[in-house]
Amino acid sequence: MGFMDKLKNRFKQNEDETEDVSQKYKQGMEKTRQSFSVKLNDLIARYRKVDEDFFEELEEVLIAADVGVNTVMDLVDELKMEVKRQNIKDTKEIKDVISEKLVEIYYGDDDEEVEKLNIQEDELSVILVVGVNGVGKTTSIGKLAHQLKQEGKSVMLAAGDTFRAGAIEQLDVWGGRAGVDVIKQGEGSDPAAVIFDGIKAAKSRNADVLICDTAGRLQNKVNLMNELAKVNRVIEREVPGAPHEVLLVLDATTGQNAMSQAKTFSDATDVSGIVLTKLDGTAKGGIVLAIRNELQIPVKFAGLGEGIEDLQAFDAHAFVYGLFADLLEEDAE
Amino acid sequence: MAFEGLAERLQSTMKKITGKGKVSEQDVKEMTREVRLALLEADVNFKVVKDLIKRIKERAVGQEVMESLTPGQQVIKVVKEELSDLMGGEQSKIAVADRPPTVIMMAGLQGAGKTTTSGKLANHLRKKHNRSPLLVAADVYRPAAIDQLETVGQQLDVPVFSKGTDANPVDIARDALEQAKEEHHDYVIIDTAGRLHVDGDLMAELEQIKAVVDPDEIFLVVDAMTGQDAVNVAESFNEQLELSGVVLTKLDGDTRGGAALSIKAVTGKPIKFAGMGEKLDQLEPFRPESMASRILGMGDVLSLIDKAETNVNEKQAKELEEKMRTMSFTFDDFLEQMGQVKKMGPLEDLMNMIPGANKMKGLKNAQLDEKQLVYVEAIIQSMTKDERQDPGLMNASRKKRIAKGSGTSVSQVNRLLKQFNEMKKMMKQMTSMQKGGKKGKGMNLPFM
Repeated sequence: MGFMDKLKNRFKQNEDETEDVSQKYKQGMEKTRQSFSVKLNDLIARYRKVDEDFFEELEEVLIAADVGVNTVMDLVDELKMEVKRQNIKDTKEIKDVISEKLVEIYYGDDDEEVEKLNIQEDELSVILVVGVNGVGKTTSIGKLAHQLKQEGKSVMLAAGDTFRAGAIEQLDVWGGRAGVDVIKQGEGSDPAAVIFDGIKAAKSRNADVLICDTAGRLQNKVNLMNELAKVNRVIEREVPGAPHEVLLVLDATTGQNAMSQAKTFSDATDVSGIVLTKLDGTAKGGIVLAIRNELQIPVKFAGLGEGIEDLQAFDAHAFVYGLFADLLEEDAE
Repeated sequence: MAFEGLAERLQSTMKKITGKGKVSEQDVKEMTREVRLALLEADVNFKVVKDLIKRIKERAVGQEVMESLTPGQQVIKVVKEELSDLMGGEQSKIAVADRPPTVIMMAGLQGAGKTTTSGKLANHLRKKHNRSPLLVAADVYRPAAIDQLETVGQQLDVPVFSKGTDANPVDIARDALEQAKEEHHDYVIIDTAGRLHVDGDLMAELEQIKAVVDPDEIFLVVDAMTGQDAVNVAESFNEQLELSGVVLTKLDGDTRGGAALSIKAVTGKPIKFAGMGEKLDQLEPFRPESMASRILGMGDVLSLIDKAETNVNEKQAKELEEKMRTMSFTFDDFLEQMGQVKKMGPLEDLMNMIPGANKMKGLKNAQLDEKQLVYVEAIIQSMTKDERQDPGLMNASRKKRIAKGSGTSVSQVNRLLKQFNEMKKMMKQMTSMQKGGKKGKGMNLPFM
């Protein structure tokens, strides 16, 4: 069975469960999917033979998706070997191999459970949310709080972005929307102190999950990264085993700098997952493939819109399915 | 390494070439391939890269590079010229309307930094141009966006016009303009909500605001970290709104910022300002030249060449070479050399400008402390003329006197003497190597 069929079956089998998700991905990623698969289709139509020119164009299609030059080179090299091994001459046959490799790069040796959020049963779980400025940390926290609450958890938020004007109010509004409490102090107060208060409050009120917002910071600002490390230490000290998740929020529009963000934030805290936001635009967020490949950090959530429901558990298969949906449907005919 | 600069990338290719004397078409091809990779890694859009490479190749295959003795450097020069051409000159002027107020409209994706940049612009207009701006809070969608602008306004002591989140942004803009006229503000800066360029409704709203206020400037605010998608974003906003300029934000990060090049290439609109930090006075005129170097991820070789050319007199350089060869290099010469190097700028900057310097053993960890140079200067100036000409004269009492005169210690004087002798030996080696070996190998930098 071809790879595409497997994917298709996967979605057929759990139709009820996954329909919503794949629908979201399909809608949210309409633009992404179109441009990517149109290009790939276009490419495949123009090149009937799998040759150097074909690979060069394929390289460009992937680079245009911000996958990153190094990953693209590796991928193309592997594809070339695979093509030789399987003696593929027709471009139509290579579609399977391409998407298979993409998913393979994503998962590596791990199973598919890596996207699951690490939430403790019967004790407080602390989630620390970090990232550069303007990626959508506060918005993602609002959506995540809503989602966890829907799952029956009691959730609290700590307004650790005490720097940006209006950040506390923004989190407050999201807290209201999700119906969860927000622990806050005034603008300019010490973020570690706010988080400390948050943990105390969460413990005394027996909350299941505490989500900590932090100020956006560019990863090359050493002082700010030290501040983040301090916040992390406070959490470690106050709750054994915490933070249970450190989520790095990445803007899908970001290019190769996302790799540097992932690396540096991982040095300051132990980043356990990525929230990939703004995937509802035309940006493809392909850099997460490279980040997964190099740093083994999985994407846990995808932001697909501005509504409170628009945060989805990331599913690499759905991600790839979204990219290749056109091709799949075409094959079925 | 994922982020090698162009210079490092070209170095291995150049090594192969330097022995050859002449550059083949294949060599040029290899070099342009490296250029392509460097540009792509810097997030320059691949289509823009393609066009650039085509032009660079044409020039590189021509005489300019192939007949040059330093092909690697020539390629870099060609690349940088092409990049600088594309980027255009510095244009940080803001329009002035014939009849005030001048209206500036800010637009862009979510999280690009529109609100912060609006505040910075207001600050810039007031501090640098003595204007009285009015900030307009037209982002009614993002929670607390109005609060944010109001806080920024308070910090700057600039008035903020807002009608809450229930008002229509088009009405807000219209009413704000009225109020600005009444209160005699000469600038109106409208902060709009972040939106995706593919969001038809919200893009139409921007067009409506534009129709109502007839802005003199429409700035697209773009995050410098944007990847390949920068082209789509800039193209869409430009098509629908006809931008007048671009503000690049978060340039104080470590991104190469290739998006700048992509945006300029597809819109043709100048990048006017760069956001260089979170503080409200950290807005700077955009400098295309230094952006070109940054995208290439290279030390600024060209300005170093320029600096060396303008500051090091050629005759002096010849004399120096002669002295180095004959080992008649004295402390006076040393002092003169130091003066010349200092003229070129801070030592650390100079080291950064030399491609590969950070890879050289020893140099990497060498402490480039400007203060050390001051001591060295003081020690030499405390020597008598005879001592400067002939360090062999040194004895314990002379050293003591020099240390006292220069405010240093005898051990520091000793160290300098030792270093000076070693340097003389090294110079001898270098000059004989150069004489016997290849000609025109790189730059003749004193101290190197």
